[in-house]
Order: sequence, then C-alpha cells, then structure tokens
Amino acid sequence: MALNSRFLLAAMPLAVAIGLGGIFYGRLGKDPSALPSALLGKPVPAFNLPGLDPTGPGLSDADLRAGSVTVVNVFASWCAPCRVEHPLLTALTKVPGIRVVGIAYKDKVADTQKFLGEMGNPYALVGADLNGRVGIDWGVYGVPETYLVTGKGEIAWKHVGALTEDIIRGEMLPLAEKLMK
Amino acid sequence: MIAELGHFALILAFVLAVVQGTVPLVGAARGHLPAIRLADTAAVLQFLLVAGAFAALMHAYVTSDFSLVNVAANSHSQKPMLYKITGVWGNHEGSLLLWALMLTLFGAMVALFGQNLPDTFRARVLSVQGLVGVGFIAFMIFTSNPFERLDPAPLEGNGLNPILQDPGLAFHPPFLYAGYVGISIAFSFAVAALIEGRVPPSWARWVRPWTLAAWSMLTIGITGGSYWAYYELGWGGFWFWDPVENASLMPWLAATALLHSAIVVEKRDTLKSWTILLAILAFSLSLLGTFLVRSGVLTSVHAFASDPTRGFFILIFLLAVTGGALTLYAIRAPALKAGGVFQTISREGALVLNNLLLATATATVLIGTLYPLVLDWLGGAKVSVGPPYFNGTFMPLLGPLMVALAIGPLLPWKRGDLAAVAGKLKLVAGIALVAALAIFALTDGAPWLALVAFAFAFFLAGSVIVELLERVQLRKLGPAGAFRRLIHLPRGAVGMTLAHLGLAISVFGVAAASGFAVEHLGIMKPGETLKIAGYSLTFKGVEEVPGPNYTAKRGTFEVAGVGTMRPETRRFQSPPMETTEAAIHPTLAGDLYVVVGEPTGPGYAVRVYWKPFVMWIWAGGLLMAAGGFASLSDRRLRVGAPVRRSPALAQAAE
Repeated sequence: MALNSRFLLAAMPLAVAIGLGGIFYGRLGKDPSALPSALLGKPVPAFNLPGLDPTGPGLSDADLRAGSVTVVNVFASWCAPCRVEHPLLTALTKVPGIRVVGIAYKDKVADTQKFLGEMGNPYALVGADLNGRVGIDWGVYGVPETYLVTGKGEIAWKHVGALTEDIIRGEMLPLAEKLMK
Repeated sequence: MIAELGHFALILAFVLAVVQGTVPLVGAARGHLPAIRLADTAAVLQFLLVAGAFAALMHAYVTSDFSLVNVAANSHSQKPMLYKITGVWGNHEGSLLLWALMLTLFGAMVALFGQNLPDTFRARVLSVQGLVGVGFIAFMIFTSNPFERLDPAPLEGNGLNPILQDPGLAFHPPFLYAGYVGISIAFSFAVAALIEGRVPPSWARWVRPWTLAAWSMLTIGITGGSYWAYYELGWGGFWFWDPVENASLMPWLAATALLHSAIVVEKRDTLKSWTILLAILAFSLSLLGTFLVRSGVLTSVHAFASDPTRGFFILIFLLAVTGGALTLYAIRAPALKAGGVFQTISREGALVLNNLLLATATATVLIGTLYPLVLDWLGGAKVSVGPPYFNGTFMPLLGPLMVALAIGPLLPWKRGDLAAVAGKLKLVAGIALVAALAIFALTDGAPWLALVAFAFAFFLAGSVIVELLERVQLRKLGPAGAFRRLIHLPRGAVGMTLAHLGLAISVFGVAAASGFAVEHLGIMKPGETLKIAGYSLTFKGVEEVPGPNYTAKRGTFEVAGVGTMRPETRRFQSPPMETTEAAIHPTLAGDLYVVVGEPTGPGYAVRVYWKPFVMWIWAGGLLMAAGGFASLSDRRLRVGAPVRRSPALAQAAE
C-alpha cells in the first residue's frame, strides 16, 4: 500500500470520531424526549388497528372521538420502561372520566398477550400495530410513549419515555381535568 | 471541615495531575532524568490525594452530614450503614470521584509495579495517564463538586433511590469502573508507544497484564450488573440492551479483541497498528459510555440526572482524548512496520477472524445505540432501537465467533492445516449436533434459535476439552502423565481454557433461560397450590413487615422439598417508591423465581418463573473473569517478574 493511502486509512478513525463529536454537540442540551409539536392540537391521524383477539374489537381513530378524554399509551412487551410505568397506567384506570387505551407497537400478538397476562391489562382497548405504520403516523419516537386525546379526538399532550408519578400528577392530570370541563 | 479538606485534596490532585501530565513528557523527550523520575512520585501522590478526598466524602456519608448538597440529595440518616457507604458512588458526583480514585490507583500501580518498563516509556505512560486525570478531576471540580455546601443544612436527606439500596451497589460499580478505568492504562501504553513511534513485541507483553486485569474486572462488573437486574427488577430478565448496558458492553468487546490481538503482536510482531487502534478505541468507548450516561443526549432507564454544562465538558474531554490519540495515530501508525507474515489458515488467521468478528459486534452495538441520535440529528424520524435489532444483528455474529474460538487454539502459528483440525473436531461437532437434536426431540416446541445456540455452545465446550487433552498429551503420556502436565500448564493456557469454556457456559445459559423458561402469572388466594416445573408451591398469605427504612408486604410460599420462599414488595418512604424483592431458589438446573404483587380481588397477583440453567449465564461470566485472573498470574506476564523462559514454557506457550 502506498504511504498516502496508508495515511488516509489511519486518519479514518479520527474523521469518524470528529463527525460523531459534531453530532453529539448538536444534540447537547436538547431534551431527547422533547417532541416535534407538529401534532399537538391536531386531530389524531386516521387509523384502524386490529385487536389482540381476532374476533374482539380493535382500535381506530373513531374510538378516540367517542367523547371521553383518552390516554393513548404506546407500549411493547420487549420494552423495559413499559414495565416500569405499567403500575401507573393501572392506577390511571381508576381516575374517573379517563379512559386508557393501548397501541402495542411492533410486537407479536402472542407476546403482547403474555405481557398483559403477566402484568395485568389496564387498557380498555388495545390495537396491535404489528409493523409500526400507525406509530409513524402518530410520530412515535420509541416506546413507551403516552398521548392525551380530547373527547373530540385532538392530541392535547404527549410524553416520551416512561411515565412517572410526578409527570402524571404535575402535567397530565391537571390538563385532563381542564379538558373534561 | 473534613469536607473542605477533601475538596482541597482534590484541587491539589488536579494541580499534581497537570504536573504529571506535562513535566515527564518533556523530560522524556529531552532525556532529563529527574523530570522522568517525577512521574512515579506524582502518580503515587495523586492517588493518595484522591483517596483522601474519597475518604472525606465517605466520612460525610457515614456521619450523615447533610450540610453537603450531595449527601443531602442522596442519603438519609435512617439508611442502613452499608447503603450509607455504597451511597457514596450511587450518584453522579460520587461516582465520578470513584472513577478518579480507580484512575489514580491504576496510575500508582504502574508507578510501583511497572519497574520492568524502561524509565522513559513509563514516564510517558504515566504522563498520558496524568492528562486523563486532569480531565476527570477538572470535570469534578468545575461542574460536579461533591463537596459543595448547603446553607442552611436540612435536618434530613432525600434518601437513595431504593432500587440502589441493595448489596449490588457495593460490588457492581466498583468493578465496572475498575474495568473502564483499567482500560485507560492500555490507552496510555498505546499513546506512549505512538509518541515513541515504535511498537516492539515487548510492548504487548507489558500492556497485556493491565488489559487482562481491567478486562477481568469489567467482566465481573457486567456479570454482576446482569445478575443484579435479574433479581432486583422482578421479571427475571438478565439483559435489556439499554444504552447504558451497551455502554459497558462496547468497551468489553473492544478489550476482548485487544487481549487477543496483543497476543499476535507479542508472538509474531505483527498487527501492531490494529492493536494500538483497539487500545485507543476501547478506552474511547468507555468514555463514550460516560458521556452518554451523564450528558442526557440519550434516554435510558438508568441515566444520571444531567445538565448540558456537564455534557459539554465531557464532550470536550472525550474529543480531546479520542481526537488527540487518533491524530497521533493518523500521523504515526502508517510508519509502523509489520513483522511476521502468516497464512490465512493459522493461529494468527483465527485471531484476526476473532478480531474482525468482535470489532463488527462492537460496531453493531455502537450503531444500535447511536442510531436514534444520528437519525434525530439528520432531521429524520425519532426512533428507538430495542432488543429486536440487537437480537437480529448481534446474535448471528456469536455463532462464527464461537467457531473461530473452537478452531483457533488448535491451529499452529504461521501456517495451519484446517483438515487436520476438522479431523480432531469431527467427533465433537457430531456430538454437539446430536445433543441439540436430542433436546429438540425430548422437549416439545423448542425454539430453533435456542437449539442452534446449544449446538454452538456444545461444540465450543467440546473443542476446548479436545484442545486441553491435546495440550496435556493424554494419548502419549497416559492419564498420570497427562495429569502432571495439566498441573504444570502455563497459567496463560489455563486462562484461555477457562475463559473459552466460560463463554460456552454463558451461551448455554442464555439459550436455556430464554428458550425454555416456564412462567405462571395469575391471582393466587391464600391456601392455593400451584404446580410448576416439578415444584409444588402453596401460597400461605401476605403479611406486613417493617424494614429499617421501608415497610414490606411479604408473601409466604411453602415449596415442597425446598422450604419457605418469601418474596417481598417494599414500600420506601423517602423517596416514596416501591421495589420488588423476588424470592429465588437457585439450583444448578435452574431457578425458581417467585414475585408477589398487589392484592387483586380475592387474592394477590403472583408471578412464578422457572428459569432453567439461568445461573450458568453468570457462572460462565465469572469463569471468564477467573480465566483472566489465571492468565494474569502467568509468570511470563507477572508484573515486574524477570523474563524467564524454560524450554517447556516456550513449547507449551499459547
């Protein structure tokens, strides 16, 4: 190998490192869970997902315009934080006036069923988004992700990452109460 | 007062690190002996000062001195003593101090036990180590001072995250950090060699014990972390492909590759440039992990609370370390001359293949970890990468890696004969295949992926044994003679055998525990009996039990032939949080894993798992680490031991 190309080869790791450094710099100070707010205040995208049980109900945009405030939780059996936030969703189902529904994101139906069997099923309705297409329409960044949808089917709020008690008490419930009035 | 002394010690250590990072470097360039000698003294002093700072913080925790911000935010007077002590590194500032402590400890050890290294080389190594120390200590002093005071001091602290209130915190971070930081020694050796512009075979012999020690500790740290997650998080998983886990796996993979390529440098005087690059990358990946965890650019389950200033500082530091070293590499590496030539089918060839596979595996994990970040930067969709990606890309690399591992040690250096090796391993391969098929026949619905993994694990284990029998010359010497040879095998060879066997055992455990787990999830009423995997569990009920700083709901299960199992759900008051404490009955053949949850209807939500051979995962990990330590005790590598090669050793060397 000529010395010149040897040098280029040896300089390659440096180039990669500098490139990555630049990207890291660009991401610093930006909350990775901050969402593009494009969907806020907009109606939910049209979708129609099958349920976990082939004969049972699925989940569609019409279900979200049915008049009650709905918490839409995007989850998957393979996601660890989903298990962490799961008890909180179960607790949410006990709040009067709020309906919790789930979108199982890129998850096999059998796995989702096993997950819900294991942890308990807090969802009034579950839609199985097997290939993640509906997730793209919703702008899903990763699981878990949680949306608050008004009775008219507009997205009012979104949270990326596992829910915590602080977020539910501090942000989600006050907003939900306002929406219910 | 003691806290101020600690702070002062830290500042002195910083100043000393600046001296250590510059003076010996200039001294080595000019041949000025006192400046060269200064490195040893500075390294030891720096360690003592950081140890003093660490002791001061420890004192504040043990005495619950809530006038320190750090203690008030992370400790509580009612916390058991063990967690007051381990709480020191259960937070961002304290864990950095632990990093610095390990870093300076390794530096001091090079100064004290590295007397076999040429003086100028050791001075350069310690200088580079000092510069790394400058970065870390400055990071602490300027952005994350653990000794910051709080006025007025609160009467009570906030308490430690309950998940961290576990003996796991006592061993997991220290081993992990010792591993991360230990790799910095390999980095310093690599940079020092680049400064000198030459990599003699003796370089590999010098760097190997340090890399081995760091690698072994990193192995223990990762194994321990995986076991901790298994018993603490309450659903029996052992690896989640979380960015922080990946952050520890990447340096481990790179260090594993480094260990193997260093052998080639030592024995055959080639692969130098690649080995140097690996040493730089392994430490850069350790730093990258620190950056990802503490800067908040990625979302992870166990990231530290972070702010952009800190992220910016580590980024600059990361770029200075990695960029500086890689710039030096770009300038010097092209001039490194390769020595020995070898054919593709040879020990070197197998080690190169091993390196390629490990490097690919590292890249795979790196891409999966950074992909969301890069895509986000490109303005694309926000995505997260989860286990489906890693299972699909990382796992297939393990198969060829295990085959290379099985075949490599049986090949001679320079030029090998694949047909001869195939002849030796024919029987083992047959047995492995038959065994996997037998498992398929005996169990119904075995997942094929687990069966493939079984076949590879059996094949690797069998090959390791074949290699061992060949090495002790069983056929020629008979059992008694072979046993004598076995006892006198060089430790390096013993280490290799243990480590490779450890991998086979781990893979076997992972395949068995993921492919053949049995679980029962449901509501049990007191008095009910459940039969699972040959065990019969009778649920006796749940009672409230007070703990030192929590109240527990403790379930009682009578298990026939085992005794009583008592899983708990613990409710902590500060901070208010619940943790599950699974009751585990571990056996060689598998674990019975019981978790009790919320009262539901007439009974309690109960989860019972049977995880076959799950212990083998961590046993394999520990065996790998034991292999590392065995190899470390090899006379040839022992730090400071004079090089003495008897004919027997030379003949049997790996």
